[in-house]
Amino acid sequence: MTAVGAGVTSDRSRRVLAYLRFLAGRFGGMLLVLLIIALISYLIFYVLPSDPARLSCGRPCTPDRLAEARAFMGYDQSWWRQFLAYLVGIVAGRTFGSGPAAITCSAPCFGYSFRLNEPVTELILQRIPVTFSIAIGAAVLWLILGVSTGVVSALRRGSLIDRTLMTISIAGVSAPAYLAGLLGIFIFGFRLNMVPVSGYVPFTQSPVDWLWHLVLPWIVLALLNAAVYTRLTRGQMLDVLSEDYIRTARAKGLSERRTIGRHALRNVLIPVATVFGLDLGSLLGGVVITEKVFSMQGLGSLLLDAVGNLDLQVLVGVTLFSAFLIIIANFVVDISYGLLDPRIKAVTR
Amino acid sequence: MTTAAVEARIGQGPLLRRLLRDSSVTVGGAVILLFVLTAIFAPVLAALEGQDPYTYHLDTLGPDTAPAGFGGGISADHWLGVEPLTGRDMFAIVVFGARTSLLVGVAATIVSVLLGVLIGIVAGYFGGWTDRIISRVTDVVFGFPGLIFMITLGAVVPDSFPKPILLIIVIGFFGWPSIARVIRGQTLTLRERNYVVAARASGAGSGHILFSQLLPNLVATIIVFATISIPGKIGAEAALSFLGVGVPPPTPAWGRSIGEAINWISVDPMFLVVPGGALFLITLAFNLFGDGLRDVLDPRTVGSRA
Repeated sequence: MTAVGAGVTSDRSRRVLAYLRFLAGRFGGMLLVLLIIALISYLIFYVLPSDPARLSCGRPCTPDRLAEARAFMGYDQSWWRQFLAYLVGIVAGRTFGSGPAAITCSAPCFGYSFRLNEPVTELILQRIPVTFSIAIGAAVLWLILGVSTGVVSALRRGSLIDRTLMTISIAGVSAPAYLAGLLGIFIFGFRLNMVPVSGYVPFTQSPVDWLWHLVLPWIVLALLNAAVYTRLTRGQMLDVLSEDYIRTARAKGLSERRTIGRHALRNVLIPVATVFGLDLGSLLGGVVITEKVFSMQGLGSLLLDAVGNLDLQVLVGVTLFSAFLIIIANFVVDISYGLLDPRIKAVTR
Repeated sequence: MTTAAVEARIGQGPLLRRLLRDSSVTVGGAVILLFVLTAIFAPVLAALEGQDPYTYHLDTLGPDTAPAGFGGGISADHWLGVEPLTGRDMFAIVVFGARTSLLVGVAATIVSVLLGVLIGIVAGYFGGWTDRIISRVTDVVFGFPGLIFMITLGAVVPDSFPKPILLIIVIGFFGWPSIARVIRGQTLTLRERNYVVAARASGAGSGHILFSQLLPNLVATIIVFATISIPGKIGAEAALSFLGVGVPPPTPAWGRSIGEAINWISVDPMFLVVPGGALFLITLAFNLFGDGLRDVLDPRTVGSRA
């Protein structure tokens, strides 16, 4: 008895160790990816012949003032020194200029907008609640919607419901978010006057208004993305239903509900989770578009404002921040995935 | 689909007849053809109507600068109405906009297919570390917030660089991972086939095996995935134009018109419906066509997304 117990413990500790090693490997990999992406974006955006110093040097822009502005912003240095300063800024914060006019940008410093006179991190943090509210609500809604319609479609395969859902889903895949959003605004906002057509109310200010303003964006974004998940879930479910263990479960007299809920669904959800992890990037893109449709002041509108004003620091900051966000989120999905499915060997890939 | 049904589907008759029997291929294909012809003959069509997409017709607008009259100013002169504020002809904008959408969409697809096939075939054939590194890179690019990158790039690249070419490169670049994955998977199975093993045993070089032995057997998959990924590329171009970082005005682009329609939706919904309907139709047609093509050409491939 004790021998067996000891065996189990050492087996478990070995597995924990393997998992930790996997975790460390993935974490190292993630850091490397972050570094490479930062380097590539920095090179692309700074090697290009736009001169941020000239933009913020004002008029008349004398050569002296230009040189001064360049030195202040750190653009007089070689590109790799600038990159290094940027990296250090993200980890430890940095200071622009010196003396009484110096501007400190505390960590994590994703740059400093000389146009708005605010650190980019600060600007991002102000916009995050809007963007996250849209993204998270829509994601929850589309996962529920996509998986449930996919399961129904698979279980009633070939039926009228299945065919209807599949037809709707191909239309859903084809409709761009902004188009559906604008139609939604027109019908439910202007014609039926049911929901507000634009704007955002912070949750802390009024939870009801927050919800009310978000209903339409959520539905629009969720409906379109759910279509993909309906098709994915349906395909997976059909595969799983033909597996031996489902036949066994049915043969031993398990109720259909238990067979599907316990045995089939779990194996359907794993690929759905993977795809969801990969979709986070396009979710962020979808939110940018949704923000414009519903005139909400989130990360996307910050980015588009920066485009209009050529605010390079904000552009690079927001781009890198969103890349980091997605990569870290993928890392989290990756490791939780290892926890969800005990069969997945951490060593693969 | 049972095995018998699959065989029945792929086994009968020449390819063209099998394709023509598939209703989604024929319907989708017909709509695509219509749009391609529209794009090619855009100047002719506009001339037929007697309009162009650039001239202002302020006389067609009401006092609130919205188009006067029924359905956004539909008349014998302006078949699909006019644009609010400027009175430019919507029919001309839509037919010329088809050029932008199809050109950027198809060219970007070609870029991503070339990249994806090359990367996927190399990863699948060589395996080992090459595969591991490539797969990791593929994962990263796949999950990347590409749209945000595209927006930023569009803003910082100098105006002297032609915008359509930039769009093609950028949209094409972010599209390769999905096709690379599929090609990698197919290559993995093909590489163990006897003819490949035989070629390797008789001393054929990697280049010969990759491009003369493997590539011809991947053509069906490549065609299917190229078709399936076109609507995504068209959508990306429209999204960028919608956000104001696409093809610069006055070149007509459906996405830009849709973006401008936001401010007019309550007074002139037709301004949204016309370019939006065109965009929806072409996307739907490519999706239908691609799905049908996949069923006919490549029944084994499980639906992956572009």
